[in-house]
Amino acid sequence: MATFFGEVVVAPSRAGVDDEESAEEGCEETPEDREIRRELEKKREIDVCWTLKSGVPTESSADELFVCSKLILAIGHNAAAFLSSFILDSVCWEVIGAVKLWNEWCRTSSTTNVLPTDSFCLFYRLISDPTVWLCQCSCYVAEDQQFQWLEKVFGCMRKEGLQVTILSTCPVADYKTQESTLTLPSPFLKALKTKEFKEQVCCPLLEQPNIVRDLPAAVLSYCQVWQIPAVLYQCYTDIIKLDTVTIEAFKPLLSSKVLKSLVKVKFHI
Amino acid sequence: MFVPCDHGGLSATSDFKGFTLLMPAVSVGNVGQLAIDLVISTLDMTKVGYFYTDCLVPMVGNNPYATAEENSVELSINAEVYSLPSKKLVVLQIRSPFIKNKYRPFCQTLLSWVKSSKCARVVLLSSSHAYQRDDEQLLGTPLRYLLTPDLEKAVGGLMQELNWKEMEKVAAYPGINDTEKVLHIPGGGITKRLFTESCSKGIQMAVLLKFCSEGDNIPDAFALVNYLNEWLQLIKSASDNSTDTSSQWKIPSSWRLLFGNGLPPALF
Repeated sequence: MATFFGEVVVAPSRAGVDDEESAEEGCEETPEDREIRRELEKKREIDVCWTLKSGVPTESSADELFVCSKLILAIGHNAAAFLSSFILDSVCWEVIGAVKLWNEWCRTSSTTNVLPTDSFCLFYRLISDPTVWLCQCSCYVAEDQQFQWLEKVFGCMRKEGLQVTILSTCPVADYKTQESTLTLPSPFLKALKTKEFKEQVCCPLLEQPNIVRDLPAAVLSYCQVWQIPAVLYQCYTDIIKLDTVTIEAFKPLLSSKVLKSLVKVKFHI
Repeated sequence: MFVPCDHGGLSATSDFKGFTLLMPAVSVGNVGQLAIDLVISTLDMTKVGYFYTDCLVPMVGNNPYATAEENSVELSINAEVYSLPSKKLVVLQIRSPFIKNKYRPFCQTLLSWVKSSKCARVVLLSSSHAYQRDDEQLLGTPLRYLLTPDLEKAVGGLMQELNWKEMEKVAAYPGINDTEKVLHIPGGGITKRLFTESCSKGIQMAVLLKFCSEGDNIPDAFALVNYLNEWLQLIKSASDNSTDTSSQWKIPSSWRLLFGNGLPPALF
């Protein structure tokens, strides 16, 4: 097909890869194929390890679910760094869980003492109010792992009274607009919310025909289907790596109802 | 699984007994999905639920059929169900590709929902690679149909009257043995699997497909939806002596900017 500038490119089918057709046309899976597939699936399984201290009333057992009133989820390095800079500290928050996963793009570190550039997925809880949770997920969760992530994380929580806030970033080149993205002042924030979310949002809503993908989309879809109030703040940025300008673009969120009370106070000596 | 918008159990809006289920296959040029967009947008169908599944790549966005500021803020996900009880029509729209190895589980979940919701029949809109046509298929109409045996009994005669062309079978071993023929729908995604499973499960299913290539597939979508309309008569044509209803299909607002943003002025 020809692009805007007239060059001819080989376009992969937008309908996706058809390799399933060849798989079902011919022979059924051999036992070896099945074994290989199972091993690969096992390797790509997600493990969620909760490290709550004993004696805490909200411990999860086979039939008890965590009570969670607020879940703030930062996906990607910049969103995670925003929470580290303005919300998280070692005094008010404790680590309560970690997600271990592997895919072609990353492997999570098993330590909880992480650097901003590491790939990790950690859960924290506010000590003064154990129903307020925070998650920094700077590792890439592949598309075949996103559903697992959802079920294993949300499967441990009571959905009643839960509100979810998601922070995420994506390239400004993905933003569809009448003008060229070259002239757009980036980074900028756009929001999407579920039907049940009734509070004010801190920035304009994301207009059609723009869409959101990956883990932020998976979480928001889950909340929309199961009627959980949730809002996603997507930061469109032209910087791929960890960057302070992008981190600061999330600052309007500090005046939101959820984050206002959680902003850490800096003591200047 | 089907999750209704209102969680009050099986309400009036999610009773599909005797309805026709219209759905796309994720196939070359996304023609089926574009055609479904036209149907939902033109008939102003109401969203009645979600098809919550781990088989499709997740995606969200605001209402793709928004016509005004007020209705533009409703969130949409990758698989949603719309209904129009006056025409006994229920539509499933799929907005993202399948995750690897999830074709078969999706087909199984879908067909078991078709059975449990007691839909009368399924109409699948799809497409197939134009470059794989043989010499005969290069001539004449690029539109084809397929009917499962159970639906053939019900409407087979109508297809003859409409002068529709059935999808041809191809040789299983071309060049070696031309007698054994199989159904082959290259670029059709789950079309063939859904069709063969429906045949064996006794489900009434029709497949309507168009030969096309990747590119600007809007004209293909119009061709397919007009083809569908010849049979289901979802909208009436403006004049009595023409079956061309192209001008009456409403393009949804989400079809804007399909081929990219504006150009940077500094380029010139």
